[in-house]
Amino acid sequence: MADSTPSTPPDEERRGNAVQRFYAAFESPPRRRALHLLLLAILVVTPWLASQYMTVILTNALLYVVLCLGLNVVVGYAGLLDLGYAAFFAVGAYTIGILTQQFGINFWAAIPFALAAAALAGVIIGGPTLRLRSDYLAIVTLGFGEIVRFSARNLEITGGASGLSHIPEPTLLGWYIDSAIDFYYVFAVLAVLAYIASQRLFDSRLGRAWRYVRHDEDAAEAMGINRVAVKLAAYITGAIFGALGGIFFAVNLGAISPESFSFQQSVLILLAVVLGGMGKIPGVILGAFIVVLGPELLRDFGTLRLLVFAVLLLLIMLFRPSGIWPEKRS
Amino acid sequence: MLLQLKGVSLSFAGNTVLDAVDFGVERGRIQSLIGPNGAGKTSLFNVITGFYRPQLGEISLDGQPLIKRKPHTVTRLGIARTFQNVRLFHEMSVLENVMAGQHCRSRAGALAAVLRLPSQRAEERRIFETSLECLDFVGLTAYRDRLATNLAYGHQRRVEIARALATEPRLLLLDEPAAGLNSGEKQALIELIQRIRDARGVSVLLIEHDMSLVMNVSEHISVLDHGSLITEGTPQAVQNDPAVIEAYLGQDDEELAL
Amino acid sequence: MAWYDLFLQMIVDGLVLGAFYALVALGYTMVFGVIKLLNFAHGDLYMTGAFVGFGALSLVSGVFGAGWPGIFIAMLLSMLAVGCLGVVIERVAYHPMLTAPRLSILITALAVSLVLQNAALTLTGGQYTAFRTDLGFGGFSLGNLFLSWNQIVLVTTAAVLMIALELFVSKTLYGRAMRAVAIDKDMCRMLGINVSAVIAITFFIGSGLAAAAGTMAGAYYGSIWYFMGFLIGLKAFTAAVIGGIGSITGAMLGGLILGLLESFGTHIPFIGSEWKDVFTFTILILVLVLKPTGLLGKSEVERM
Repeated sequence: MADSTPSTPPDEERRGNAVQRFYAAFESPPRRRALHLLLLAILVVTPWLASQYMTVILTNALLYVVLCLGLNVVVGYAGLLDLGYAAFFAVGAYTIGILTQQFGINFWAAIPFALAAAALAGVIIGGPTLRLRSDYLAIVTLGFGEIVRFSARNLEITGGASGLSHIPEPTLLGWYIDSAIDFYYVFAVLAVLAYIASQRLFDSRLGRAWRYVRHDEDAAEAMGINRVAVKLAAYITGAIFGALGGIFFAVNLGAISPESFSFQQSVLILLAVVLGGMGKIPGVILGAFIVVLGPELLRDFGTLRLLVFAVLLLLIMLFRPSGIWPEKRS
Repeated sequence: MLLQLKGVSLSFAGNTVLDAVDFGVERGRIQSLIGPNGAGKTSLFNVITGFYRPQLGEISLDGQPLIKRKPHTVTRLGIARTFQNVRLFHEMSVLENVMAGQHCRSRAGALAAVLRLPSQRAEERRIFETSLECLDFVGLTAYRDRLATNLAYGHQRRVEIARALATEPRLLLLDEPAAGLNSGEKQALIELIQRIRDARGVSVLLIEHDMSLVMNVSEHISVLDHGSLITEGTPQAVQNDPAVIEAYLGQDDEELAL
Repeated sequence: MAWYDLFLQMIVDGLVLGAFYALVALGYTMVFGVIKLLNFAHGDLYMTGAFVGFGALSLVSGVFGAGWPGIFIAMLLSMLAVGCLGVVIERVAYHPMLTAPRLSILITALAVSLVLQNAALTLTGGQYTAFRTDLGFGGFSLGNLFLSWNQIVLVTTAAVLMIALELFVSKTLYGRAMRAVAIDKDMCRMLGINVSAVIAITFFIGSGLAAAAGTMAGAYYGSIWYFMGFLIGLKAFTAAVIGGIGSITGAMLGGLILGLLESFGTHIPFIGSEWKDVFTFTILILVLVLKPTGLLGKSEVERM
């Protein structure tokens, strides 16, 4: 990267400066707050302006924001390639589905169990494997994702191939959360929480440790950082984000099946993270919106749109591996 | 003795790298480890810091056994190091680099960070202040927000020392700290090493090829050759030891300039 | 059927399965050997090989028929085409990334896999394609054990390909260069070995073997589809790891072991065929965790 600086063409430099000016413009806390408030206001009024169809699509995009920010902790912050991220999404969704529908446990009371199950899954798969070389880890996570999906398809308690249906809607203070707009707001709240959590994690001791380990494991270890523990923390954090998405995904649809948690799902989430720019929160959010809204624009193309995504991922990796969101330089 | 090695032997695929090395660093001392290229100096550092596991021998810090400890545990117990080829976290700021050292002296986890608990905020403030103090100690406060990769080489070496100091060590291992420095920077390095010992009470063990620096700064010198400790003592004694001159014969001129 | 008949039948099934796994595993292990890359797209080259073989067979069946002779010609054409595709993929996608962080090259490999898969999806509409041949169901019986001619031809062909590869690697100049590149690329460059050419040949052979397996699998099982490379890719990788990644003999051995394990596994009462894949992935994870160097792999010092 450093050696390409002198040959930067002038127009690129000018564009780079514009980006830096943009960053600088929002450097001051009051302006930053104003920008946040503006985005929040847009988030709140949108469903009243959009059609019901659009609201459902946007709800899905907000779900993806949660999932992508979660995977971003694993891939972007800690630099671990997880190809089975949908497994955590599945663990959250299935735990909530089984507990509420088959055991009649209250939705809110079941949430801690679902999160604990995902964290446990993170420990089980991460504990022994995070010492492995990075490409082995990728394969193990892929295998783990498939094991979870196959198990969901073959077990009775998960409803087999047809999955679980009639998952009860949750109530909040006597109010049934069931309309499209209700769920839009539920996911909006989740996305905002995920955003805040991502930001706070990034600026924390653990967030820095993830980046140290990603850059240079040996140097990090020489600084007293337990690389396995730190990676495991990333893994579990990602699992919790994923499970949170899965929990509300399950009650939103009221039905889940193994095919919602396939390898393609994991790949799509990864694509959004890579597309936006690994480790860059606004970029990842943008990536989530592109991955969900893009197919809506390409609807006429049928299966071709998956090919478009695949080619897009390849082109991004070859020509702009840091993602589409511009870099902030210091 | 602060650091004590007894009969430490290390071999890779049958090649002996360290051969029953007995070695120690006394508390409050500035000590150098010299020897021709390939003598096993960096391997000795890697053994002490837990990066290599010796086949035989004992290592202890203040009586506490270090053998079979992972590098991060060794650091937490009080040994910090720098690397021969500077290994900073290039795409992070200078201050963030130094903050890495404070990791093992703090404990907040993911939940504390997400909730911004008061204890976590207090800890973050402490990490920030300690790191800033370490950066100030090496005289680079002005560069705190620069990316590490954009710093001049000599400054990078000092950031690495600040990062090691931020682990609050009892013993600091410096692997060729003067390599690539100009004479002015070398002079400043000598002063820095002395201040580390005098002002912070940290013992220093350094590997160095620059003999004038070694003679200038160290109170005790150990000489390693072919994986064995051949002699040790004061700079004057080592300088006149025929075994040392023997070991260095055939080395390049720079190193012969004792 | 006595228990030993079942036992023998399972061995035969395992050998057939193992032959496919071994052929695909070879590509993983060879590529891993020379550029230390886990080529996620390898399973999709197998799939591509099946489709190219299918196309080639429909072209040549007029002259050579759609029995084994025609299939062999189609297989060779497919090996050639997919081998070239492998070389192109290496040049276009992997070569520029060799100095990039590991995470980037892994994601690139994944992207290549997705491109191949979705290109096939788009072209076929996601439908199964019938791979029509004139292969019969003939064979002979040994006691209660039935061996089909197809199984015999298939396993023999796989064995011949593997022996040829073994000879190529151990006896020829390129084979030796390949092994040298796997050990130390920089040293090879200094000694004047054309490292890029060696890498290209490795990709050519590895991809060609996957194509051979793909064509034969298509002919043997009778249908092909865009997603057929995913599972076998994972399983062949498992086989390569069992044998010791980077070791050619290990890949063959690992393929056979995995084929046999799977064939036996499906007959263990409480595992059953629906858990077959879970069984395989569990083996993969266990091997990676407990013995990542595999049976014949060399232990490597990854840490400083």
